[in-house]
Amino acid sequence: MKYLILMQVDPAVLESLSAEDSQAIGEGHQSFIEQTTASGEMLSTHALGDPSQTTTIRGTGGKPEVIDGPFAETKEFMGGYYLIDVESKERALELAQLIPDAGIRGLALEIRPVMFSAGANM
Amino acid sequence: MTRAGASDDLLRALAPQVLAALLRRYGASQFDLCEDAVQEALLAAHEQWPGRGHPDDPAAWLITTARRRLIDRIRSEKRRRDREATQASLAHPLEQHAAGAIDDSVQLLRLCCHPALSPPAQVALTLRAVGGLTTAQIAHAYLLPEATVAQRITRAKARIREAGAAFPAPTDAEDRITPVLTVLYLMFNEGHTATAGPAVHDVELSGEAIRLARMVCADLPGHGEASGLLALMLLTDARRPARTTGHGALIPLDEQDRSLWNRATIHEGVAILERTLPGRHPSPYLLQASIAALHDEASSTAETDWPQILILYKLLEQETGNPVVTLNRAVAESMVHGPAAGLAIVDGLFDRGLPADPHRVLAVRAHLLEQIGEREAAVDAYRSASRATASLPERDYLLARARKLTAG
Repeated sequence: MKYLILMQVDPAVLESLSAEDSQAIGEGHQSFIEQTTASGEMLSTHALGDPSQTTTIRGTGGKPEVIDGPFAETKEFMGGYYLIDVESKERALELAQLIPDAGIRGLALEIRPVMFSAGANM
Repeated sequence: MTRAGASDDLLRALAPQVLAALLRRYGASQFDLCEDAVQEALLAAHEQWPGRGHPDDPAAWLITTARRRLIDRIRSEKRRRDREATQASLAHPLEQHAAGAIDDSVQLLRLCCHPALSPPAQVALTLRAVGGLTTAQIAHAYLLPEATVAQRITRAKARIREAGAAFPAPTDAEDRITPVLTVLYLMFNEGHTATAGPAVHDVELSGEAIRLARMVCADLPGHGEASGLLALMLLTDARRPARTTGHGALIPLDEQDRSLWNRATIHEGVAILERTLPGRHPSPYLLQASIAALHDEASSTAETDWPQILILYKLLEQETGNPVVTLNRAVAESMVHGPAAGLAIVDGLFDRGLPADPHRVLAVRAHLLEQIGEREAAVDAYRSASRATASLPERDYLLARARKLTAG
């Protein structure tokens, strides 16, 4: 079963982290990637640019509107994701809790099942 | 890399024999190296045979080629002390065709379904080592990146080595076949329902599961559950042509065009049951196959022998205690005693807490509510079920049912 682990980040929380914490997070992600790659559960991961770099194309029913900035005005944004393939939802939750974000107040991980896959490297 | 054409079937049939020959000689402790060597030999055959023609003895050619690759590999891995003993034994000639082709394949199946491996790892390894599929083909069948599947296979092979597995496995009891049947059942179901993704079935995986189940049955002709599983697969697969529209949308059993069902496959499945059932304990695969046969032999839902199906589901429920079986019994109950009787069983399932796959329970509940005439509750249940499923065709089907009720 494929699951997408969405990393919900609050840029203010990330900015307030100490240099050590910040480095520990980077290393935590690296070790998570190594572990899930070795177990054959990792499919892919991507980290996204700052929300301020977002452009939104909004459907209007006619000519779409092109707006600078994100679709929804929220504090938290999707900062990146892990796409994994695991035996069960329980395993997906277990893995998600190994991601360093799970240990930081103000950050969150959302786990959603995947319904459809296509592309060169699914 | 894909292999196509007539030699593909031959190569895949020979793959387990070649691997078995190497394993008998060098032991299951060299499983990973032996398996890699066989894959390289298959690739070499695929590249060379079309130009030069098949060798006189294709199996011997493959074994010789695989053995050479194995020797190359072992020599380049001198650093591993535990392989030095193997290197010393390389000088001796290899016994060929010591066991029958079918026996080889079933022994390999047992090894690939080693309890140290997780079920997905067992399936992936079986498809490669016994099915003769390439990593790319397996990755394609499961819509996974090739690197992920390759890593799983590498890890599975290492686990088998670490677990100290023997080849052939000790022939202590026939129940060693149980995990093999489970793996084939998983493989078939994955091909038949494709839990995620756009296509409802994938011919490759269910066809492969049937091919391997035939081998197991040929090796163990008196085995009730092996025969039951093969019959179940055939009797289910026979409905494949009627199961979806040209666009891949699901068609439920009661709306399928039964003239599209594959009669020859149904006859084969029924014949297996008629040979196997008399005087035998009704075990789970035999019971499920018997139910599938009753559906396959009926000319319509109304003509189906539902009282008999209900009895079989009750037996199956006693055997397995599985809530999915209870759900199916609810459907049979509704056909025999009316939708309210079925609904009572479904609601009983909810009272016991939601099962692992709530979308099926919700979908059955929606159908029963619709039959009773509880239109609004049925629409709600169809929509809830559509949100709970991870299959696109199923979601589209459930939403279409809800739309039909709101439109009428």
